[in-house]
Amino acid sequence: MATLSSDSRPIIGRGPSLGARFFFLALISVGIMVLDHRQGHLDSLRQWLLSGVYPVFRVVDVPFNAWDWVGSSFADRTRLREENDKLAAELRVANLRLQRLESLTEENRQLRDLRTASAGIADRSLIAEILRVDLDPFRHRVLINKGANAGVYKGQAVLAADGVFGQVDRAGLGAAAVILITDSEHATPVQVNRNGLRSIAVGTGEIAKLTLPFLTVDSDVKVGDLLVTSGLGGIYPAGYPVGEITKVERDAAETFAIVEAKPLARLDRDREVLLIWSEPVPSLDSAPATDAASATAPSTAAAAPKPAP
Amino acid sequence: MMHESRGGFGRLLATALVALVLTIVPIPTAISWVRPDWLLLVVIYWSLVSPRIAGLLFAWTCGLVIDVVSGTVLGEHAFAFLLIGFLTHRLQLRMRIFPIWQQAFVVLLMLLIFQFLVFWIDGMTGQAVMTWHRWIPALVGAAIWPLITSVMDTVNRRFAR
Repeated sequence: MATLSSDSRPIIGRGPSLGARFFFLALISVGIMVLDHRQGHLDSLRQWLLSGVYPVFRVVDVPFNAWDWVGSSFADRTRLREENDKLAAELRVANLRLQRLESLTEENRQLRDLRTASAGIADRSLIAEILRVDLDPFRHRVLINKGANAGVYKGQAVLAADGVFGQVDRAGLGAAAVILITDSEHATPVQVNRNGLRSIAVGTGEIAKLTLPFLTVDSDVKVGDLLVTSGLGGIYPAGYPVGEITKVERDAAETFAIVEAKPLARLDRDREVLLIWSEPVPSLDSAPATDAASATAPSTAAAAPKPAP
Repeated sequence: MMHESRGGFGRLLATALVALVLTIVPIPTAISWVRPDWLLLVVIYWSLVSPRIAGLLFAWTCGLVIDVVSGTVLGEHAFAFLLIGFLTHRLQLRMRIFPIWQQAFVVLLMLLIFQFLVFWIDGMTGQAVMTWHRWIPALVGAAIWPLITSVMDTVNRRFAR
């Protein structure tokens, strides 16, 4: 093997050999892998790098947005009217529900107060838009257009209209990466709404499937049960819908049942998601309202989170 | 066969950027796992055509960008890109005189090594993706290698000084 001739760099001013440079860069790679994985020291570096790549994401997203805009500005009248009617109907139903929820929330707040429980109630929320870019086909992650600038932080809960969406994995300056509840590296603390049975819903990597691997064969679950967040783990506030049980398979010889669920949020179709800030509720008499958001929020925002202005 | 060129760091960056855009542009989920590793193919191409400009640092940086974009452990793809860049540099003189199908075969081997390395590091740092779909981008990448070289050669000639 002619090592000399396979080195195509100029003879003068060569610098270190190919092998040496490879070795050096490989060492750096392994170094940052260890730092990033073991200790998570590189979070701020990641933040900066993500912000650096953001313009590219934006460029990819723009034509799709423009297409949407063109589509909506030339939408024909009948379709708009249909859509309008549908929305009006939905709003009526939602308002009805809201009225009931208001009283329930108030009751709930009083009960929590009695127990001096500190389970978080969504305090403030913000609508974020999902950028239309594919990050990795085998992982369920998306990019949203709000970042650390808007107060987004790592580990923040993200909700969709119909259920829990995921949590913030990395927050760049103007964008954040969100890991979906169906990602195979994600687990959601849940409880069965019917009887309060707690478990963990683990993502499978399939967009319409969660598994609950830690339910024993004699546990009380059945197909159709609603799963809501249990509030344990401190990421998701309690009581938000996560999914619906689709399959329960019991084999008496096994310890654990095979339980699968379908996420309620339309993870692959929703374009807008809700970021929520939920601080543990301080005992109500000791904390006078400091700002407008927290004054109105505990009663209304938990029932129907509204975008912060 | 391959068009010799010097200079043109701008071309290098421009093609890398296009490859990055192709990497993240949304396609239907049903065929999302078919998408080849565009940026890696571009890195291999430039390492073959003008190794003096597209050095190991270029390959490593491209890998790091992929790490940032796909949210894997920082350094994972950087290392994999670096290894492929190194292999290409070592085999560069031989690969350039290969007929195109033979070149595509070597590229296939490289892409498989790349996928395996990423799979391996994934497994060490967390959850590896356990599906055979993961190997498809390598096959697709090798299959379109002749196309890539011809397109890139054209670009090269058009924008050569």
